[in-house]
Amino acid sequence: MNKQEQHLETLQEIRSLMERSTRFLSLSGLSGVAAGTFALLGAGAVFTYLGVSPLDPASYQEMRHMQLSGGKKWGMEYDTFLLVTGAIVMILATLSGLYFTKRKATKGGYPLFDASAKRLAWNIIVPLGAGGLFCLILLLKHNLVYLIAPATLLFYGLTLINASKYTLDDLRTLGYAEVLLGLLATWFSGYGLLFWSIGFGILHIIYGIKMYWKYER
Amino acid sequence: MKHIITNLNKVFDNRLRLGIMSILMVNDKVTFRDLKDTLGVTDGNLASHIKALEKAEYILVTKEFVGKKPQTSYSTTVLGRKAFTEHLDILEKFLKKR
Repeated sequence: MNKQEQHLETLQEIRSLMERSTRFLSLSGLSGVAAGTFALLGAGAVFTYLGVSPLDPASYQEMRHMQLSGGKKWGMEYDTFLLVTGAIVMILATLSGLYFTKRKATKGGYPLFDASAKRLAWNIIVPLGAGGLFCLILLLKHNLVYLIAPATLLFYGLTLINASKYTLDDLRTLGYAEVLLGLLATWFSGYGLLFWSIGFGILHIIYGIKMYWKYER
Repeated sequence: MKHIITNLNKVFDNRLRLGIMSILMVNDKVTFRDLKDTLGVTDGNLASHIKALEKAEYILVTKEFVGKKPQTSYSTTVLGRKAFTEHLDILEKFLKKR
């Protein structure tokens, strides 16, 4: 190797170390695809529970009706069904996310839980945790079901914009898109679950495939 | 050409030292453990090169207690940042000249 190649390699190594020590780069696109799939399945379950089509804005009247009459389906009230479905989707999405990310880290020969991963985790947990509690209070204390979908989209979008500083920069544009969807969902409040399916389902899958194509192929 | 090469900082003629500096340049404070994990080197190897950078006064060592455990962390000095930036400039110039 001549001197020039050596210097070039040194500079590239410096660049990679600077990036690797500030950003968590092992995030896998496949975890986005998995999370999106689980989100769509969850949304599908809720639509089926309500017995309405995604394009039917009457969903919320159905819900209110069901709630007020204390109606049950599949042995559960609407609130309970929504919470249980949400929890299952979140657990499955998190587990598959961890699995694919660990796989990518192992392939690259990097530790899964290093300083950059901790920093990323903290910067996701704080805003997303605040949003999660906010939604639980909306649902359980104030019974504002129609604000849940917009609120989850908004908090999630802002979380991604914040998190993009500590991982792949691509997350930022996904964050903008989620915020925009959240605002649209607030405006068109009858279509909350539809916007939620687009934001958490379809966008995750598209973004996951795009990132997989870009970094992992 | 010879002039430029002799200008290269001797402290940085080791890969690991450049690696340590690269990480410290973009992070406020990094623990020994995190440096070791990111660089993937042994304790002894890392310690000896940290010593060299410390001796050149390019990095600052902080020892503190986190709970009951002592923790050593490192950060760059103004002198270190300047030396590292100059070193990179020379490398870049060298690459452009050819």
